[in-house]
Amino acid sequence: MRLLALALYRLVWFVPTLLGLLVVTFVISRVIPADPVALVAGETATPAQVEALRRELGYDRPLPVQFVDYVARLVRGDMGTSIFTRRPIAEDLAHRLPATIELTVVAMVVSVLVGIPLGVLSALWRNSLLDHALRVVTVSGLAIASFWLGIMLQLLFAMRLGWTPLNGRLQGFPPRTITGFYLLDAALTGDWPTFGMALLHLALPAATLAFPALATLVRFTRAGVLDVMQSNFVLYERAMGLPRSVIVWKYMLRSALTSTVTQIGLLFGILLAGAVVTEAVFDWPGIGTYAVNSILRSDYNAVMGFTVWAGTIFIVVNLLVDVAHTLVDPRERTL
Amino acid sequence: MRRRSRRSKEASLNAAWFVPTRLARDRSALLGLVLIGLLVVSAVLAPVLATHPDDVFELHPAERLRAPGPAHWLGTDRMGADVYSRLLFGARITILIGVIAVGASLLVGVPIGLVAGYYHGWFSDLLMRVSDVFLAVPQVVLAIAIAQTLGPSLPNVILALSATYWPWFARVVYAETRTLQKEVFVESTAALGASPWRLTALHVLPNIASPIIVRASIGMGFTILTAAALGFLGLGPPPPTPEWGRTIAESREFLPDAWWYATAPGLAIFLTVMGFNLLGDGLRDVLDPRLRRSRTAR
Repeated sequence: MRLLALALYRLVWFVPTLLGLLVVTFVISRVIPADPVALVAGETATPAQVEALRRELGYDRPLPVQFVDYVARLVRGDMGTSIFTRRPIAEDLAHRLPATIELTVVAMVVSVLVGIPLGVLSALWRNSLLDHALRVVTVSGLAIASFWLGIMLQLLFAMRLGWTPLNGRLQGFPPRTITGFYLLDAALTGDWPTFGMALLHLALPAATLAFPALATLVRFTRAGVLDVMQSNFVLYERAMGLPRSVIVWKYMLRSALTSTVTQIGLLFGILLAGAVVTEAVFDWPGIGTYAVNSILRSDYNAVMGFTVWAGTIFIVVNLLVDVAHTLVDPRERTL
Repeated sequence: MRRRSRRSKEASLNAAWFVPTRLARDRSALLGLVLIGLLVVSAVLAPVLATHPDDVFELHPAERLRAPGPAHWLGTDRMGADVYSRLLFGARITILIGVIAVGASLLVGVPIGLVAGYYHGWFSDLLMRVSDVFLAVPQVVLAIAIAQTLGPSLPNVILALSATYWPWFARVVYAETRTLQKEVFVESTAALGASPWRLTALHVLPNIASPIIVRASIGMGFTILTAAALGFLGLGPPPPTPEWGRTIAESREFLPDAWWYATAPGLAIFLTVMGFNLLGDGLRDVLDPRLRRSRTAR
């Protein structure tokens, strides 16, 4: 019951944060530019067209009225129309979302499955060769520009060795759409050749995206395990004669992971932000490539739509992580 | 009174000596310092160190896309310009962006954090909620929106990065100020009748300098990385500015043949950001005694 109350409490905080995000994007799009309508209309519009658009969009009204209208439209899912695709931006983004989610989730799964065990081993075998090698990984993971890492991986694995495709999500026909995630759809329809191809296309972008996340996870897991190792309850369990593997993987990991779980929420932010440039490098047909193409075409509404979208996803994920954190760590279950 | 001032001078002398020696003993922090030193030397001495200092603006179509060799240490780019020379001048832009953006974030974030931390009430809550909103969105996303609105140029990149980085400083300063308020010396100074201004400027601020310095060093690396991403997306300073991120974007159509063109600026970004990160980690270990225990555990 207290858990439910806590979830509700977090949800109450969620609304002002989201409203704050909308204030920020509103200020960026309507208050900072000298003439916001000219930005929306694009560079080729004539002054008469700009004036007509100003009345049509309601930009001639006072700012507070415009803000209420802006929020009301967003609540209805109306983000305006892209000047380039001539379609509603919300529709464009929704259409491209599965590709981004598939890439982000695969990168996340890879970094968690690889990063957490490596972090534990690194702590257990402190100052070993593995530990030193992993320090190099963690330091470089946070210093490398993801777009450059992606280009280097393309250069080596796609262009020189020819092991993986250069870019894109799939060559040929996608599997029958059930969920929109190619891996899942291919598996559900039993189309294993397509599954393999989709996986091969995912390899480089997922590796690019996973690298900084993996570095962070190794670092935090290692620190968490080292901290727990010196605690009294571990000493007690060892004195009780519990097998080392049970102590490490059952009791220590649970305590050590509390800070890692919080990290996963922040990581999702790193992944989402990294997805913008990573998708651009690999021509991945997700919302990141959409945002970059919109920047290149000066498709102003589309860029702002992406900002609202990405910000909302990020806030929602962190809300979920907060709740998950209380599930893992009972000490957090206070208001 | 005189004795006390002498002793505090000794103490500060000790601190001035203590920090560098501890840093020098930490091999990775030392590596960070060396990398930052190299960056600064390349930026300051760019006209001297460059083998083709005029190549930032001049075109040499005949020398296009030459592989690295004795004439061009890191090869040439699509305009026939020397990649190594442009890299050195790019270091100036990198430092400029990093220092101004982090400096501006400090100037905005630290006072906001101090005010929000010192006073209790709706205004403090409002300030911290505002910074929470900024922290709730990935920096690169907001920076893209701002840079896109303002148009691609060097000042706009700096503005976009400052506008999105100050909340980190506000957060750190706020948390540290709230902790310090419970300290006896702050309470007694307030009881002696010190004004809020005097209390924060002379007593609180010097005591929270360490986390601010650490955050600034890590912030330099983070800001430089984001600036490179903006440059890569075409939102940075326009050509022919030798900005590293943009250079990588330009080089893509000449892969895989002109591998040096894409590799060199990426390595430069990597080494620079790593330098600031390593220094930040090292400074945290030296300046924050609370963390020293976990350091020895490492």
